[in-house]
Amino acid sequence: MTSLRGRLFAILLSATGMIWLSAVLWIYAGTRGELEHVLDTRLQEAARMVNSLVANADMTSPAAVLPSLPAEGAGYERQLSCQIWSLDGRLMARSSGAPDSRLTEAAAGFSDRVVDGETWRIYTIANAATGARVMVGDRLGLRDRLVSDLIKGLLAPALLIAPLLALLIWISLGRGLRPLRTMARDVGGRDADDMSPIDPVRAPAEVKPLTQALNGLFAKVEAARRHEREVTAFAAHELRTPLAGLKMQAQIAMSAAAPEVRQGALQQIVLSVDRTTRLVRQLLALAKLDANAEPQAREPVIIGDVFDEITATAPAPEAGISVTIEPALRELTVVVSRELLTLALRNLHDNAVRHMPSGGMVTWRKAAAGNGIVVEDEGMGIPEDEIPLVTQRFFRGRNKSAIGTGLGLAIADAAVRRMGGQLRLANRGDHGGLEATLQMAPDSRS
Amino acid sequence: MRILVVEDDPVLADGLKVGLGLAGMTVDCVGTCADARAALSTSVFDTVVLDLMLPDGSGLDLLREMRGSGNQTPVLLLTAMDETSDRIRGLDTGADDYLGKPFDLDELGARVRAIARRGSGRASPCLAAAGIMLDPSNLSVALHGVPLSLSRREFSVLAALLERPGTVRSKAEIEDRLYGWQEEIESNAVEVHIHHLRAKIGRDVIETVRGLGYRIRVPS
Repeated sequence: MTSLRGRLFAILLSATGMIWLSAVLWIYAGTRGELEHVLDTRLQEAARMVNSLVANADMTSPAAVLPSLPAEGAGYERQLSCQIWSLDGRLMARSSGAPDSRLTEAAAGFSDRVVDGETWRIYTIANAATGARVMVGDRLGLRDRLVSDLIKGLLAPALLIAPLLALLIWISLGRGLRPLRTMARDVGGRDADDMSPIDPVRAPAEVKPLTQALNGLFAKVEAARRHEREVTAFAAHELRTPLAGLKMQAQIAMSAAAPEVRQGALQQIVLSVDRTTRLVRQLLALAKLDANAEPQAREPVIIGDVFDEITATAPAPEAGISVTIEPALRELTVVVSRELLTLALRNLHDNAVRHMPSGGMVTWRKAAAGNGIVVEDEGMGIPEDEIPLVTQRFFRGRNKSAIGTGLGLAIADAAVRRMGGQLRLANRGDHGGLEATLQMAPDSRS
Repeated sequence: MRILVVEDDPVLADGLKVGLGLAGMTVDCVGTCADARAALSTSVFDTVVLDLMLPDGSGLDLLREMRGSGNQTPVLLLTAMDETSDRIRGLDTGADDYLGKPFDLDELGARVRAIARRGSGRASPCLAAAGIMLDPSNLSVALHGVPLSLSRREFSVLAALLERPGTVRSKAEIEDRLYGWQEEIESNAVEVHIHHLRAKIGRDVIETVRGLGYRIRVPS
């Protein structure tokens, strides 16, 4: 059932009905027992009374039959019947309305018996002194009617009240659920840009977790949007600057008379196009990382293969820069997303190569502890105060390279985090240069 | 005219240096706020072309510092953030003009000339005195209506003198206007340029004030 109101209504109504029904059953059982007891006591009382009457009167002569009671008015239903039998089996007397046949064969005490198609409950007293046996009985059917009359009396008002109760429950539910409707109207009527929190003061305690959850979601969406806006603004800035450079150099190339000036401008244009191409590629990689929220498929990846792929496709490093991989790392196999690992390592590698002086060496090696890869260079490293900043998008520190975009380490960091790993950057104590450690998630061990 | 360009993008900085150089300006380029501070404290510039996003801080902070310390040099802001609110903030911080990237080289040159002109208290785009008419926008000079052909350096020396006719300009001042930091200055370069100028515009127009410098002779 999709309606909360309908659902609560059904639950409340059936629960109320069940409680009523149980109460009726309980009352029925209780009343029945009590009634049995009371009526049995009455039988006993009546039998004793008749017995004492018989003892006082002279019941020995057959003629001394108890005088018949005067005829009762019509409509009175006799409830008790009485028979007095002599101990030797003669019917000495009976009350009017009592059956002619013997009520019970039991010598004394309570007994149930079917007489003339009706079930009777009889109490018998045998008196040896008077030689009479007194039997007093009533019909069980009568007892049942008494109980059923009582239950009917209980049920009738309940059935009358039931629709009223249902109506009351329905209205109360409507009132109780009003804050939810109000909130739904409030949220539903919002503009797409309106991420202001819902006023939690007005919400009742039960709805507060929902408003808090919604407000939390609003805050998250707002933060994501702000991040997106910032990245877009940054991207616009970072693209406009090289465009401005391109336009400027193109205008110089067109207007300069001196061939060397024209040549210089054209060279700058080529450089700028290269840099902008790289920037666009990295922006796309970042956008892909941001957009692709679902987990990447994992597969066993041999680091040596990734190294070969990256060094084969990377732009040729400047003369004198050598790139090596430790044999132990070459053999290492990890279970990760190949795409993400390649993206992270490619950017770390590019960053290392780009910041190297001639004659330097970029080394890939296995991390001393855990399942990690270290890419280290012999460049100038990163000023300590900038290390927390370099993984921010578009951050370009003091030791930037001419062709850097400020995105490489941000991409590497985002890709590593997407893999569930961690990227640690530190300056190398021994040679100078940067040591980038890609620490894999523990579950990436093959 | 000597310009300080504060821009961290190497291609754009190179373009500004060459492009404004083609427009007859002497351009010095720096890439950070710190370098710009050093340059401003040691040299006098006619105009500063300032990028807003610099690696070690915001161009706006640098501008605020400049104005706070009483530096009156006209400033043109260059930025990729060209929202109206950004422009307003830039101008209200003390900038004289604002240009969004990417921009036209000729427009930039014109704007730089305009704010430099205003900075030196002139409204007319041309410099005129003693029968000479100098137009910085197209680097042309005419003497009594007859066009003259001057080298870039000669033009700059003449422009420096014509900005304040009758006022003495020292040799050092003229050198400052003529050469950027990286350029080698020969000790007699200014004398050589004055000599060539005198040959083209006449002996008496530029007067040598012994021990002080040079000035345009204004008929009294």
